[in-house]
Amino acid sequence: MPRWFDALGSRLNRMSSLVITLLAVVSALVVGAVIIILSDVERLGNGEIGAAFSELATAYSALVRGSVGSLRALSETVNNSTPFIIAGVSVALAFKTGLFNIGATGQMLAGGLATTWVGFVMDGPAIVQIPLALLAGLVGGALFGAIPGVLKARTGAHEVITTIMLNYIASFTILWALDTQLFQRPDRSDPISKFVSDEAMLPKVFGFIGLGEKFPAHSGIIVALLVVAAYWWFLERSKMGFEFQAFGQNADAAEYAGMRAKRLTVVGMVVAGGIAGVAGGIEILGRYGYATQTFAGTIGFDAIAVALLGRSTPLGTMFSAILFGALQSGGREMQVETDINIDLIVVLRALIVMFIAAPLLVKAIWRVKSAQVSTGQTFKGWGS
Amino acid sequence: MRLDLVDITKSFPGVLANDRVSLNVSSGEVLALIGENGAGKSTLMNVLYGMYRPDSGEIRIDGQPTTFQSAADAIAAGIGMVHQHFMLVPVFSVAENVVLGVEPTGALGSLDIAKARQMVKEVSDKYHLDLDPDALIENLPVGIQQRVEIVKVLLRDAKVVVFDEPTAVLTPSEILEFFEIVKSLVDAGKGVVFITHKLKEALHIADRIAVLRRGTVVGETTPTQADENKIAEMMVGRPVQLVVSKNSAQPGEEVLSVSDLTVLDPDGRTVVDDISFAVRRGEIVGIAGVQGNGQTELVETLTGLRAANNGSVRLGGDDITVASPRLRHEMGMAHIPEDRQRQGLVVGMSIAQNLVLTRYHSPEFSNGVSMDWGKVHDVSEELVKNYDVRTNDVDNLASTLSGGNQQKVIVARELSRDLRLAVASQPTRGVDVGSIEYIHSQIVKERDAGTAVLIVSTELDEVMALSDRILVMYRGKIVAEVDPKKTSAMDIGLYMAGSKPQGVAS
Repeated sequence: MPRWFDALGSRLNRMSSLVITLLAVVSALVVGAVIIILSDVERLGNGEIGAAFSELATAYSALVRGSVGSLRALSETVNNSTPFIIAGVSVALAFKTGLFNIGATGQMLAGGLATTWVGFVMDGPAIVQIPLALLAGLVGGALFGAIPGVLKARTGAHEVITTIMLNYIASFTILWALDTQLFQRPDRSDPISKFVSDEAMLPKVFGFIGLGEKFPAHSGIIVALLVVAAYWWFLERSKMGFEFQAFGQNADAAEYAGMRAKRLTVVGMVVAGGIAGVAGGIEILGRYGYATQTFAGTIGFDAIAVALLGRSTPLGTMFSAILFGALQSGGREMQVETDINIDLIVVLRALIVMFIAAPLLVKAIWRVKSAQVSTGQTFKGWGS
Repeated sequence: MRLDLVDITKSFPGVLANDRVSLNVSSGEVLALIGENGAGKSTLMNVLYGMYRPDSGEIRIDGQPTTFQSAADAIAAGIGMVHQHFMLVPVFSVAENVVLGVEPTGALGSLDIAKARQMVKEVSDKYHLDLDPDALIENLPVGIQQRVEIVKVLLRDAKVVVFDEPTAVLTPSEILEFFEIVKSLVDAGKGVVFITHKLKEALHIADRIAVLRRGTVVGETTPTQADENKIAEMMVGRPVQLVVSKNSAQPGEEVLSVSDLTVLDPDGRTVVDDISFAVRRGEIVGIAGVQGNGQTELVETLTGLRAANNGSVRLGGDDITVASPRLRHEMGMAHIPEDRQRQGLVVGMSIAQNLVLTRYHSPEFSNGVSMDWGKVHDVSEELVKNYDVRTNDVDNLASTLSGGNQQKVIVARELSRDLRLAVASQPTRGVDVGSIEYIHSQIVKERDAGTAVLIVSTELDEVMALSDRILVMYRGKIVAEVDPKKTSAMDIGLYMAGSKPQGVAS
């Protein structure tokens, strides 16, 4: 073993994974800064090093201002974070059950389509329609999540493969559905759905105290926070959560203990799918008001990074989702104020995940001490 | 060559793994290094092999102080190590594995496989290892794979060979062959360090025995000066009862009855072949046999983890052949599984959670939806106290416990309720001497309380010490039923190998 490793090992000390996570974010920002400077070919070519640095300063300050700099920015961050939180919990819960749910995108599409249908066939009142529409999203996502669960339990087909494939199936099924009379907006020829009723749209979260204008975030965030709370309860207090985690960490021991592996596999995917379906429904009722083929965007994939970054814990997943949401809104502001493309945000997120996946690298860079060498593993259980 | 470890100290956060340890070994002798799990044996050997650097102390070779920066330095200095887990490439041949890293090359750096074969053959002949250089590793039994590791070490000119728990993976006959190999190494002038926690083996093969406890050498002795009891006492720090003390059994009615049980593996091979036997209330029945003769499958079928292809299993008169593991559990069957890490525990969960792993769903701990973790905690504290699990907090992860204490968690979970039948598979595998004593006493206590007990173990000593009746399994069949008081270990060993002792009619 190399000497640096030994030296590091001998200085071992306790350090929480929270510090690692924060350091990973800082590391990513530093590398991001280098990328910004180096990619500023024009200014560097002209020898305007100072100008390149001031562009960097502008970019990062725009990132901050665009995410938390004003009420409107904060509101945007809240709206961006909401689907990340819910879809992140979906992926995290699957992780805890030992399942790798790459299908959150497809489940969001399935759930969102169901929500859209309830959204336009009814016309209020909101108190009935919104819960019904979200329930439809839950059921739609759950049914779509059941497919890989049943396939795995019955035939052993790996969920990574099946969920990826089901994402395509969902994507093209929704394309077809949006072309049918049932869904298609009458005055349009492209695949776009009817509008949901005004009553079905999620109200502004602070609308009831007259802040709807200044802080236009929709109340999906409340649903998201409820999902996080429910996820916490599920993991820490529920009987089924205990079974899920035992199964996720050691399937042999779970079977030995009399738990039914096949049932847990199916139920795990159904619950994860249902949660992702709600995320899809929230996007429809909170953001768009109608469905398109691409309304889920890359949220389902980003949710994997969210869960990894949050180590699949309830609070961790929530905070990493908020970080992703903030980067999203900050990135937009950055694109407006500078020449830097919003894709830099994708690079930053990738860097964060990479640093999280390589805790030893982070520890080596920052020369921190740690008792446990976290493998960045997300299948860990209880209280981890 | 003479190798000295002088005042080696190595600490990890919160643990002093080695505390001023001094040892020496010379050419032509066997030093046994014995100690419980966690006594610091592995740390010491990693220091010797250049994997760790000691905080203080030094290694001397023929009196010259040396430092090893890596395993390569240790190898260059003539130290070879045969690890417990072999470092072999399964799809490569013996010759290819042996020369990995020191490949003989011909023109343009091409691999000279003929030379490699020749090298293996020479060493194999010299030490009577009987190796086929062209055999693929994956086709070889564990005992032969170990010889390949030995050849690897010898070809790198090792003068001192360290064996880390070499017999843990071997069958009884392979162990005897292994000892022959050790003798031929010693005859050829090698020094041997033999790390083990098995007292008998140390006494059998070693010239000197060093006992390690809590990171320090608590004593050095020789097989002529010491016996098992004395060494066990040195290891544990208190007198240890090595013989299981029990009264004769008072068997009652049949609790488990197995008739004509046949089990096939997924490939369709018969692994349990038309077995019938019964275990009565208040007796311990032991199943002896070399690993891989169907015991694992038999236990899995009895406990509901594997389906029977033919025959029936009855518990107290009820047919449970197709009952789920949970139903069997609820009917009063306990199962101590053979592999605690793989099956018996979820090591990433807390001790308390592991203590209720098989009964978390009972009304005592759950209303069907949520868990009463407070109750689990209280019950766990009680169990930990009653079953002598050494931990300061039941909310610690099970992975923080030593092997012996992990096993006690399983024993506590499985035996701490009213039982009709206890099935214990390898109940003390990889467990330290002190814990073995305790676990055995708990099993006997369970028998005396009127439970039918079935013990499955590949350790013949354990089966003989615990059982009131012994069934010997060989190739899926029960080939003999013997009384441990009237039968010698030698005879049972013959049954285990598939033959019959002299004087027994077929």
